[in-house]
Amino acid sequence: MTGAAANSPVDGILATVSIVLSLLVAVWALVAAVRHRPPDRVQFVGLAVLEVALLALTVLALVAIGGGDRPGEPGAFFGYLVTLVCLPPLAWVLARMEPTRWGSAIVCAVCLVAPVVVVRLQQTWEVLGG
Amino acid sequence: MVETRPARRATNTGPGRLLIAVYLLFAIAATSRAGLQIATRFDEAPVAYLLSALAALIYIVAAVGLARAGHTGRRVALACCSLELVGVVAVGVLSLADRELFPDETVWSQFGSGYGYIPLVLPVLGLFWLWRTRRDPA
Repeated sequence: MTGAAANSPVDGILATVSIVLSLLVAVWALVAAVRHRPPDRVQFVGLAVLEVALLALTVLALVAIGGGDRPGEPGAFFGYLVTLVCLPPLAWVLARMEPTRWGSAIVCAVCLVAPVVVVRLQQTWEVLGG
Repeated sequence: MVETRPARRATNTGPGRLLIAVYLLFAIAATSRAGLQIATRFDEAPVAYLLSALAALIYIVAAVGLARAGHTGRRVALACCSLELVGVVAVGVLSLADRELFPDETVWSQFGSGYGYIPLVLPVLGLFWLWRTRRDPA
Protein backbone atom coordinates (compact mmCIF):
# COMPACT_ATOMS: atom_id res chain seq x y z
CA MET A 1 0.00 0.00 0.00
CA THR A 2 2.31 2.72 -1.23
CA GLY A 3 1.32 5.88 -3.01
CA ALA A 4 -0.01 8.04 -0.20
CA ALA A 5 2.43 10.76 0.76
CA ALA A 6 2.09 9.81 4.43
CA ASN A 7 3.61 6.39 3.70
CA SER A 8 6.66 7.73 1.92
CA PRO A 9 9.80 7.40 4.08
CA VAL A 10 11.54 10.15 2.10
CA ASP A 11 8.77 12.73 2.42
CA GLY A 12 8.85 13.50 6.12
CA ILE A 13 10.43 16.04 8.43
CA LEU A 14 13.91 14.63 7.79
CA ALA A 15 13.67 15.32 4.04
CA THR A 16 12.44 18.85 4.75
CA VAL A 17 15.28 19.42 7.21
CA SER A 18 17.81 18.15 4.63
CA ILE A 19 16.45 20.49 1.94
CA VAL A 20 16.39 23.54 4.23
CA LEU A 21 19.85 22.79 5.65
CA SER A 22 21.29 22.29 2.18
CA LEU A 23 19.85 25.59 0.97
CA LEU A 24 21.17 27.39 4.06
CA VAL A 25 24.68 26.05 3.44
CA ALA A 26 24.32 27.07 -0.23
CA VAL A 27 23.40 30.64 0.71
CA TRP A 28 26.22 30.82 3.28
CA ALA A 29 28.71 29.49 0.72
CA LEU A 30 27.41 31.91 -1.92
CA VAL A 31 27.96 34.85 0.44
CA ALA A 32 31.48 33.56 1.14
CA ALA A 33 32.19 33.19 -2.60
CA VAL A 34 30.93 36.70 -3.32
CA ARG A 35 33.12 38.05 -0.49
CA HIS A 36 36.18 36.22 -1.88
CA ARG A 37 36.28 33.91 1.16
CA PRO A 38 37.51 30.32 1.04
CA PRO A 39 35.25 27.60 2.49
CA ASP A 40 35.07 28.21 6.26
CA ARG A 41 34.30 26.00 9.23
CA VAL A 42 30.57 26.70 8.93
CA GLN A 43 30.51 25.26 5.42
CA PHE A 44 32.38 22.10 6.37
CA VAL A 45 30.28 21.56 9.51
CA GLY A 46 27.16 22.24 7.41
CA LEU A 47 28.25 19.63 4.86
CA ALA A 48 28.91 17.12 7.65
CA VAL A 49 25.51 17.69 9.29
CA LEU A 50 23.84 17.49 5.87
CA GLU A 51 25.57 14.17 5.23
CA VAL A 52 24.34 12.82 8.58
CA ALA A 53 20.78 13.92 7.73
CA LEU A 54 20.98 12.28 4.29
CA LEU A 55 22.37 9.05 5.76
CA ALA A 56 19.51 9.04 8.30
CA LEU A 57 17.11 9.53 5.37
CA THR A 58 18.73 6.57 3.63
CA VAL A 59 18.34 4.39 6.73
CA LEU A 60 14.68 5.42 6.95
CA ALA A 61 14.12 4.44 3.31
CA LEU A 62 15.93 1.10 3.76
CA VAL A 63 13.89 0.34 6.90
CA ALA A 64 10.67 1.07 4.98
CA ILE A 65 11.82 -1.21 2.14
CA GLY A 66 12.73 -3.87 4.72
CA GLY A 67 9.20 -3.50 6.07
CA GLY A 68 7.72 -4.38 2.69
CA ASP A 69 7.21 -0.94 1.11
CA ARG A 70 8.47 -0.45 -2.42
CA PRO A 71 9.45 2.69 -4.32
CA GLY A 72 7.45 3.42 -7.49
CA GLU A 73 10.59 3.32 -9.64
CA PRO A 74 13.16 1.22 -7.75
CA GLY A 75 16.03 1.71 -10.22
CA ALA A 76 15.76 5.47 -10.32
CA PHE A 77 15.11 5.64 -6.57
CA PHE A 78 18.32 3.83 -5.66
CA GLY A 79 20.23 5.80 -8.29
CA TYR A 80 19.14 9.06 -6.70
CA LEU A 81 19.75 7.73 -3.18
CA VAL A 82 23.36 6.73 -3.94
CA THR A 83 23.98 10.02 -5.76
CA LEU A 84 22.52 11.97 -2.86
CA VAL A 85 24.75 10.55 -0.12
CA CYS A 86 27.81 11.09 -2.36
CA LEU A 87 27.14 14.82 -2.87
CA PRO A 88 28.35 16.28 0.47
CA PRO A 89 31.61 14.24 0.41
CA LEU A 90 32.19 15.36 -3.18
CA ALA A 91 31.73 19.00 -2.17
CA TRP A 92 33.97 18.44 0.89
CA VAL A 93 36.86 16.95 -1.10
CA LEU A 94 36.72 19.55 -3.88
CA ALA A 95 36.40 22.41 -1.36
CA ARG A 96 39.49 21.10 0.50
CA MET A 97 41.41 21.02 -2.81
CA GLU A 98 40.36 24.59 -3.60
CA PRO A 99 40.93 26.90 -0.59
CA THR A 100 39.80 29.99 -2.52
CA ARG A 101 36.46 31.68 -3.18
CA TRP A 102 35.89 29.04 -5.85
CA GLY A 103 35.87 26.36 -3.16
CA SER A 104 32.92 28.19 -1.62
CA ALA A 105 31.32 28.35 -5.07
CA ILE A 106 31.68 24.56 -5.38
CA VAL A 107 29.99 24.06 -1.98
CA CYS A 108 27.22 26.42 -3.10
CA ALA A 109 26.68 24.56 -6.40
CA VAL A 110 26.57 21.11 -4.80
CA CYS A 111 24.23 22.33 -2.04
CA LEU A 112 21.87 23.67 -4.69
CA VAL A 113 21.84 20.30 -6.45
CA ALA A 114 21.16 18.24 -3.31
CA PRO A 115 17.59 19.57 -2.70
CA VAL A 116 16.72 18.81 -6.34
CA VAL A 117 17.89 15.24 -5.85
CA VAL A 118 15.83 14.94 -2.62
CA VAL A 119 12.73 16.07 -4.53
CA ARG A 120 13.46 13.61 -7.35
CA LEU A 121 13.90 10.93 -4.69
CA GLN A 122 10.43 11.71 -3.38
CA GLN A 123 8.97 11.63 -6.91
CA THR A 124 10.49 8.24 -7.70
CA TRP A 125 9.08 6.79 -4.47
CA GLU A 126 5.57 7.80 -5.43
CA VAL A 127 4.08 5.69 -8.20
CA LEU A 128 4.06 7.97 -11.19
CA GLY A 129 0.67 8.72 -12.68
CA GLY A 130 -0.99 7.39 -9.55
CA MET B 1 65.73 34.89 -9.67
CA VAL B 2 62.78 35.74 -11.79
CA GLU B 3 59.49 35.58 -9.96
CA THR B 4 56.83 33.84 -11.96
CA ARG B 5 53.62 35.70 -12.28
CA PRO B 6 50.71 33.83 -10.70
CA ALA B 7 48.23 35.74 -12.91
CA ARG B 8 48.01 32.98 -15.50
CA ARG B 9 45.77 30.41 -13.90
CA ALA B 10 45.99 26.72 -14.50
CA THR B 11 43.00 25.18 -16.22
CA ASN B 12 42.18 22.95 -13.25
CA THR B 13 42.20 25.45 -10.39
CA GLY B 14 39.97 28.32 -9.29
CA PRO B 15 36.90 28.68 -11.52
CA GLY B 16 38.17 25.63 -13.40
CA ARG B 17 37.67 23.49 -10.30
CA LEU B 18 34.05 24.69 -10.06
CA LEU B 19 33.63 23.79 -13.72
CA ILE B 20 35.05 20.32 -13.03
CA ALA B 21 32.60 19.93 -10.11
CA VAL B 22 29.61 20.77 -12.32
CA TYR B 23 30.90 18.47 -15.07
CA LEU B 24 31.20 15.70 -12.47
CA LEU B 25 27.61 16.28 -11.35
CA PHE B 26 26.40 16.05 -14.94
CA ALA B 27 28.55 13.01 -15.57
CA ILE B 28 26.84 11.31 -12.60
CA ALA B 29 23.36 12.47 -13.66
CA ALA B 30 23.74 11.48 -17.31
CA THR B 31 25.48 8.17 -16.55
CA SER B 32 22.85 6.98 -14.09
CA ARG B 33 20.01 8.12 -16.34
CA ALA B 34 21.50 6.43 -19.42
CA GLY B 35 22.41 3.28 -17.50
CA LEU B 36 18.92 2.95 -16.11
CA GLN B 37 17.21 3.67 -19.42
CA ILE B 38 19.36 1.20 -21.34
CA ALA B 39 19.08 -1.47 -18.67
CA THR B 40 15.30 -1.30 -18.17
CA ARG B 41 13.62 -0.12 -21.37
CA PHE B 42 16.11 0.11 -24.22
CA ASP B 43 13.54 -0.97 -26.85
CA GLU B 44 11.27 2.01 -26.20
CA ALA B 45 13.60 4.69 -27.51
CA PRO B 46 17.04 3.34 -28.47
CA VAL B 47 18.15 6.57 -30.19
CA ALA B 48 17.35 8.73 -27.18
CA TYR B 49 19.00 6.31 -24.76
CA LEU B 50 22.15 5.87 -26.82
CA LEU B 51 22.33 9.65 -27.01
CA SER B 52 22.06 9.83 -23.21
CA ALA B 53 24.95 7.38 -23.00
CA LEU B 54 27.01 9.45 -25.45
CA ALA B 55 26.29 12.61 -23.46
CA ALA B 56 27.33 10.82 -20.27
CA LEU B 57 30.59 9.70 -21.87
CA ILE B 58 31.33 13.23 -23.09
CA TYR B 59 30.74 14.68 -19.62
CA ILE B 60 33.06 12.13 -18.04
CA VAL B 61 35.85 12.65 -20.59
CA ALA B 62 35.46 16.44 -20.39
CA ALA B 63 35.74 16.34 -16.58
CA VAL B 64 38.87 14.19 -16.81
CA GLY B 65 40.34 16.43 -19.51
CA LEU B 66 39.74 19.57 -17.45
CA ALA B 67 41.14 17.92 -14.33
CA ARG B 68 44.32 16.66 -16.06
CA ALA B 69 44.75 20.10 -17.65
CA GLY B 70 47.99 19.30 -19.48
CA HIS B 71 48.36 19.86 -23.20
CA THR B 72 46.49 16.67 -24.00
CA GLY B 73 43.90 17.23 -21.30
CA ARG B 74 43.08 20.67 -22.66
CA ARG B 75 42.74 19.35 -26.21
CA VAL B 76 40.49 16.55 -24.97
CA ALA B 77 38.40 19.05 -23.01
CA LEU B 78 38.25 21.36 -26.05
CA ALA B 79 37.00 18.53 -28.25
CA CYS B 80 34.44 17.45 -25.63
CA CYS B 81 33.09 20.95 -25.00
CA SER B 82 32.77 21.59 -28.74
CA LEU B 83 31.05 18.25 -29.32
CA GLU B 84 28.82 18.93 -26.35
CA LEU B 85 27.79 22.36 -27.66
CA VAL B 86 27.04 20.93 -31.12
CA GLY B 87 25.16 18.06 -29.49
CA VAL B 88 22.99 20.13 -27.20
CA VAL B 89 22.08 22.61 -29.95
CA ALA B 90 21.42 19.89 -32.56
CA VAL B 91 19.36 17.75 -30.21
CA GLY B 92 17.58 20.85 -28.89
CA VAL B 93 16.55 21.91 -32.39
CA LEU B 94 15.65 18.38 -33.47
CA SER B 95 13.64 17.67 -30.32
CA LEU B 96 11.60 20.83 -30.92
CA ALA B 97 11.18 20.19 -34.64
CA ASP B 98 10.21 16.53 -34.39
CA ARG B 99 9.10 15.27 -30.99
CA GLU B 100 8.71 11.73 -32.38
CA LEU B 101 12.46 11.50 -32.81
CA PHE B 102 13.07 11.59 -29.05
CA PRO B 103 10.02 10.03 -27.39
CA ASP B 104 11.74 10.04 -24.03
CA GLU B 105 13.76 12.77 -22.37
CA THR B 106 17.51 12.96 -22.79
CA VAL B 107 19.87 15.31 -21.02
CA TRP B 108 19.97 17.43 -24.17
CA SER B 109 16.27 17.49 -25.14
CA GLN B 110 14.79 20.98 -25.49
CA PHE B 111 18.28 22.43 -25.00
CA GLY B 112 18.51 20.75 -21.59
CA SER B 113 15.41 22.46 -20.15
CA GLY B 114 14.93 19.52 -17.76
CA TYR B 115 18.27 20.45 -16.20
CA GLY B 116 17.73 24.21 -15.99
CA TYR B 117 19.43 24.76 -19.39
CA ILE B 118 22.77 24.12 -17.69
CA PRO B 119 23.72 21.61 -20.44
CA LEU B 120 23.50 24.53 -22.90
CA VAL B 121 25.53 26.95 -20.74
CA LEU B 122 28.15 24.47 -19.55
CA PRO B 123 30.02 23.89 -22.86
CA VAL B 124 30.09 27.65 -23.49
CA LEU B 125 31.63 28.22 -20.05
CA GLY B 126 34.02 25.34 -20.69
CA LEU B 127 35.20 26.78 -24.01
CA PHE B 128 35.48 30.25 -22.47
CA TRP B 129 37.57 28.90 -19.60
CA LEU B 130 39.85 26.96 -21.95
CA TRP B 131 40.34 30.16 -23.94
CA ARG B 132 41.04 32.18 -20.80
CA THR B 133 43.70 29.73 -19.60
CA ARG B 134 45.42 29.26 -22.97
CA ARG B 135 49.20 29.20 -22.97
CA ASP B 136 50.05 32.32 -24.97
CA PRO B 137 49.73 35.51 -22.88
CA ALA B 138 46.68 37.66 -23.47
